[in-house]
Amino acid sequence: MGHGPAVKLGKDNAAGYKTKLGIGMFIVYTLVYFGFVVINATKPSLMQEIVFGQTLAVVYGLGLLFFALVLAVIYNQLCTNAEARLNK
Amino acid sequence: MIYQTSPLAIGLFFAFVAFVLGLSFYLARRTTSSEGYYAAGGNIHWFTNGIAFAGDYLSAASFLGICGMIATAGYDGWMYAIGYLAGWMVALFLVAEPMKRLGKYTFTDALDSKFNSKGIQLMAAISTLVVSVFYLIPQMVGAGVLVKPLLGMPHWVGVCIVGVVVTLIVATAGMASTTYVQFFKGALLLIVSTVVVVSLLTRGLSTEPKGLDGQEHHKFHSLTATLAADGSLEAEGYVAAAGWKDSEFGQAGFVKLSKDGVETIWHVQEGAAGTYTLEETLFVTTTANGEKLYNGSQKEEGKFFPVGHLKEIKINGQQVAQTGALGPLAFLSAVKDSTVVLWGKKYVVEGANKYEIFYQKPTPGARVLRPGLKFKVDNATGTEKFNFISLMIALFCGTAALPHILIRYYTVPSQAAARKSTIVAIAAIGFFYLLTLFLGIGAMTNGVINLTDNNMSAPLLALSFGVVLFAVISSLAFATVLGTVSGLIVAASGAVAHDLMDNFLGLKMTDAGKVKAGKIAAVVVGLIAIYLGIVFEGMNVSFLVGWAFAVAASANLPAILMLLFWKKTTAQGVAASILVGLVSALGLILISPDMWVRYGLLPGDAPVQFNSPAAISIPLSVIALVVVSLMTQKDAVTADATETAGA
Repeated sequence: MGHGPAVKLGKDNAAGYKTKLGIGMFIVYTLVYFGFVVINATKPSLMQEIVFGQTLAVVYGLGLLFFALVLAVIYNQLCTNAEARLNK
Repeated sequence: MIYQTSPLAIGLFFAFVAFVLGLSFYLARRTTSSEGYYAAGGNIHWFTNGIAFAGDYLSAASFLGICGMIATAGYDGWMYAIGYLAGWMVALFLVAEPMKRLGKYTFTDALDSKFNSKGIQLMAAISTLVVSVFYLIPQMVGAGVLVKPLLGMPHWVGVCIVGVVVTLIVATAGMASTTYVQFFKGALLLIVSTVVVVSLLTRGLSTEPKGLDGQEHHKFHSLTATLAADGSLEAEGYVAAAGWKDSEFGQAGFVKLSKDGVETIWHVQEGAAGTYTLEETLFVTTTANGEKLYNGSQKEEGKFFPVGHLKEIKINGQQVAQTGALGPLAFLSAVKDSTVVLWGKKYVVEGANKYEIFYQKPTPGARVLRPGLKFKVDNATGTEKFNFISLMIALFCGTAALPHILIRYYTVPSQAAARKSTIVAIAAIGFFYLLTLFLGIGAMTNGVINLTDNNMSAPLLALSFGVVLFAVISSLAFATVLGTVSGLIVAASGAVAHDLMDNFLGLKMTDAGKVKAGKIAAVVVGLIAIYLGIVFEGMNVSFLVGWAFAVAASANLPAILMLLFWKKTTAQGVAASILVGLVSALGLILISPDMWVRYGLLPGDAPVQFNSPAAISIPLSVIALVVVSLMTQKDAVTADATETAGA
């Protein structure tokens, strides 16, 4: 069996832009995620502080779930725009 | 017995099985090419693929394991969900589109796309098989765990039913039927879980929860005992003889009392001079001949009660007995301000009998909604902190390296579709993990937890709303196992038939031959999965899934990322990285404290004092790739020159 995709893919001039964008957003999310991990590992009592009526742990955890979705939607929109612009 | 076999659950399960088998046989008529078998022809719509991703990913560990862990350990269980979801960001931003661009049927194709290397083909295929088998074991064990109480059949029957059905699904239509099974299961799981959570919020919280279907929640008794001059203990007709304090039970903080010939065990808390407060416990006795008694009786007698309630509820600073309907944030706030009764566990040996004693631990709700009940993070040693961080790294890095997840990128028609389906997966999985927080806390406060098997917490919470919801969610739990196992078997059969037989061994088969080889491989892997599911009965499901993530993150992810983002990566570097990641992760797991316990040794004597190896094995894998790639640059340049000259 040869290599390459099972279906024929067109040339994607936006690939370079999408790679850079993906790396940038990955770094942002990774920093936020590891901020969460580091607080839990070094100062877990901070997670019991009340923020917006909930424990910081719940707010940060919910924040990570929503932040993931928001970043994903922004990433998709920027990629779609770039594909429309560069693959005419 | 905490719950009865439900004919409705059995009926729904077999209806679902009949439906997926019918779908598979229908789709099988369209699966004649290798593209069709391994990648569903690359024609799946991105939305369908995204929900199928969710169906694939929300395995027995995610659905049953996380809910059960939250029900008994609070926020720490939800941290697994946060880590699992974060892993999808690695998949979206770094892996989705390149995997689609480079690969054909398996993730080995993508790794090998620039090299055509026998080393990569062999190592990546072995890694796929190892990770898939590690992931298969807990799924099959989960099938057995489910079938035991619900169908009233032994563990091995459940494993065989799931194994045979899944093997039939995969061996008939491969990735096409697998995709649609996962799509239906993922969508139904989201819908039904939402229904349970909405019902939970509508019911609100109560200090005397409703309990299981129509059964009243058991009220745990509390006694005030006085100490007599001779050292004996007396409370409401119960008596413990002098010397009870020095017995095995007394040393562990318990007292065994007898009344009307019935023995009970109580948790002792010393009060003012000469008085003690005794709290009722639940206990499992293992007798010398291996028989298990639940609160001193056979399981069927129903004396081992479901647990989980609030000791007191506070709303806006006011103490109340129950709340009425609550919004999602108000629900969490009410739990945070209330006192939750959690359950501790201790072992006591007395003569030939072993006692597993569960005792009440009233805990502030705010403590439940922050980390530290399961993970040792408060006043933790360096090793304990390292272990926690290493686990969170494994969860973050494991998702984008799981072979059965990666092959799903080949079922869609374009890179944009691969990206969009990942986003649908993130939305669906993120929403589900949000629901798990409520399902887990709901089980924790609604008197439905079976302390001997917290995996059943979500189905039993559904049972508190009636047998219909229980039946639906139980049949979905089976479907969860079906969906995940079928994806794993496709990945493993692809590794055997495509990577090893066709590419590595060069058995140049016809297209029909490749499909036939894949189907035979699926049957063989299915039989192995059935065997392992029976052999590993009783092993902790989450423990095994943690292994799979750590091994995948160590063996596969460094190779994938370095191939994509470091131009000096060579074939030898990729093969070395997989080998070092695989061996170091497996090696560290095998000499970890958790394994030492399983060998019957003391965990403190284990050569390493952490259980999660990712923080060491991932860097080792990266170092191996960099060092070997730098050492083999000359070979890579020579090979390129030869190829150019040949062309």
